[in-house]
Amino acid sequence: MAQRSDITHKYLRAKKKFPNVWCAGCGIGIVMGSLIRAIDKLELDRDNVTLVSGIGCSSRMPVYLDFNTLHTTHGRALAFATGVKLANPKMHVIVITGDGDALAIGGNHFIHSCRRNMDITCILINNQIYGMTGGQFSPTTPTDSYASTAPYGNKEYPFDIPKLAEAAGATYVARGTVYHVTQLDQLIYDGIKKRGFSLVEAFSNCHTYFGRLNRLGDSVKMLEDMKKNALPLKAAAKMPPEKVQGKLLTGVFCDVEREEYCDRYDALIQSLQGK
Amino acid sequence: MAENIRLMQGNEAVAEGAMIGGLRFFGGYPITPSTEIAEILARRLPKVGGKFIQMEDEIASVAAIIGASLTGSKSMTATSGPGFSLMVEGIGYAYMAEVPTVIVNVQRGGPSTGLPTKVSQSDTMQARWGTHGDYIAIVLAPQSVRETLDLTVRAMNLAEVYRTPVTLLTDEVLGHMREKVTIPEEGELEIINRQKPDVPASWYKHFEITPNFKSPMASFGDGYRFHVTGLTHDEEGFPTNKSVEILAKLTKLRNKIMRYLDDICQIETDGMEDAHVAVYAYGIVARAARQAVQMARARRMKVGQIRPITIWPSHDKKYREIFSSKNLEAVIVAELNQGQLVYEVQRLVPKHVEVISLNRFDSELITPAQILNKIKEVR
Repeated sequence: MAQRSDITHKYLRAKKKFPNVWCAGCGIGIVMGSLIRAIDKLELDRDNVTLVSGIGCSSRMPVYLDFNTLHTTHGRALAFATGVKLANPKMHVIVITGDGDALAIGGNHFIHSCRRNMDITCILINNQIYGMTGGQFSPTTPTDSYASTAPYGNKEYPFDIPKLAEAAGATYVARGTVYHVTQLDQLIYDGIKKRGFSLVEAFSNCHTYFGRLNRLGDSVKMLEDMKKNALPLKAAAKMPPEKVQGKLLTGVFCDVEREEYCDRYDALIQSLQGK
Repeated sequence: MAENIRLMQGNEAVAEGAMIGGLRFFGGYPITPSTEIAEILARRLPKVGGKFIQMEDEIASVAAIIGASLTGSKSMTATSGPGFSLMVEGIGYAYMAEVPTVIVNVQRGGPSTGLPTKVSQSDTMQARWGTHGDYIAIVLAPQSVRETLDLTVRAMNLAEVYRTPVTLLTDEVLGHMREKVTIPEEGELEIINRQKPDVPASWYKHFEITPNFKSPMASFGDGYRFHVTGLTHDEEGFPTNKSVEILAKLTKLRNKIMRYLDDICQIETDGMEDAHVAVYAYGIVARAARQAVQMARARRMKVGQIRPITIWPSHDKKYREIFSSKNLEAVIVAELNQGQLVYEVQRLVPKHVEVISLNRFDSELITPAQILNKIKEVR
């Protein structure tokens, strides 16, 4: 524990005033820890790491971390990140976003980033609701769940994030949860390491809004439910479909090779310059 | 010599100017009548190691150029009214986060999708007030193809010096009109590059407020590891709710430009010494105004011309001096819209000077004859 804490503190901004904006018990801090450990394990030069985020609870993460950090407008993190990465392909670009940020207002940028296959790692923290603005339903709020703008239950159907990312062309797609931290560390590590567009969904809890409005209990209860509901893909493959129904599948959904955008563009530059 | 002379379009001149000015990143989305700019830069940028990317929309385009600029590349996008409407979100971010960027708006008729292939100056006020909040916009408007080239370079220079978005406001006719252009020799045009910090990282403040309101700018990857946000922030870039820090930030955004109006604002005048009537027009309309003024003078009418090259910000003091020209009785404001810059003129003329609007918004240019007729009416 002490060792983990030491690693974390190495990457926190000393000048930034804590406490953070997140509610006590929020899962976003756990994802931040996983991200730090993944970066530390990869031994990345922190001058060459840029964290880009949009708007929302999860997007507040970069301000606390001692990297190049860019907190942008709602939904646009991936578009800003595209400019950073293409301008300097040596940069490790990691996008921190949420379900509303990435999939509603940023949905277009999300699918096109998957398709374009730039070497960007997108960590999508899915807490199934808009937290910062007070519990409105998001593109991942389950059907019939309650939200402050769905007082009679959500009439819409949610996105399946891994399927969406894979269909749009992401070369690495994985899902972990804030309960299964060791796995999440590994998925983020692999996502950053992957040369190509990576999408890591970090399933998280918003007990303050989603939990309260749907009577799911406090943070601890929601994490326990995550433990119960999560089902590794490998285990699911051996089970009958009716037992998989309603489970939260975790693990690596897709890991394919496709030439990366900046590599292709650099090759173009080289050939045009006759090198 | 001859190879330096070319017949080119305004849109080609933007691309040529961009290459001369040191552009290294263009992010854009196709839109008439600006698309040639993207097409040319898609071809030329990779040849010099620069980057071109076509994004999924204009919102993403402006976001990408901001990201690239923060990473150290001179960056630009080009669009027209409907695209500019989408870009204002990102442009506002660039004002707040003080990111050098150039946005070219080749104006077409509006509102909405309007007239994709027809000329207009109806985005004049949008260029100034398009995004929400308080900020000072720098907007430049050329009247010829060669001036389009020059002002593209100037827009890039101003963006770097003042760490702010700069809009180059052209129009469909200027963008597609071909004129003989002498390409400037190397070194003929001043090219200004970003001032980089030389202090150790622990001393560096990305949004430092200095006595002259200018501050060096590090790029991502330079080892300074700073934070950038669109939230109102302190000098280090961290979000703040403290009124004293909010005041300091918003005052800086204003002062860093308003203190330098003499450098930023270009206004051309002709024949104002004895003019009874002045014609005030920018961009393509100033060409018609020039001819009308010459025709009027040939008829011994005392007419002068005022041409704002920097449309925004307004150099109020300079304009008041010009409008105080001792014989001046009337100013004709000719615009390809229903009257936008006329409000600026009304605001700045002495009480006894009459302001007359001459507007055209049927998608055709204002002709010299129209302006001359107006001059005769006033006389």
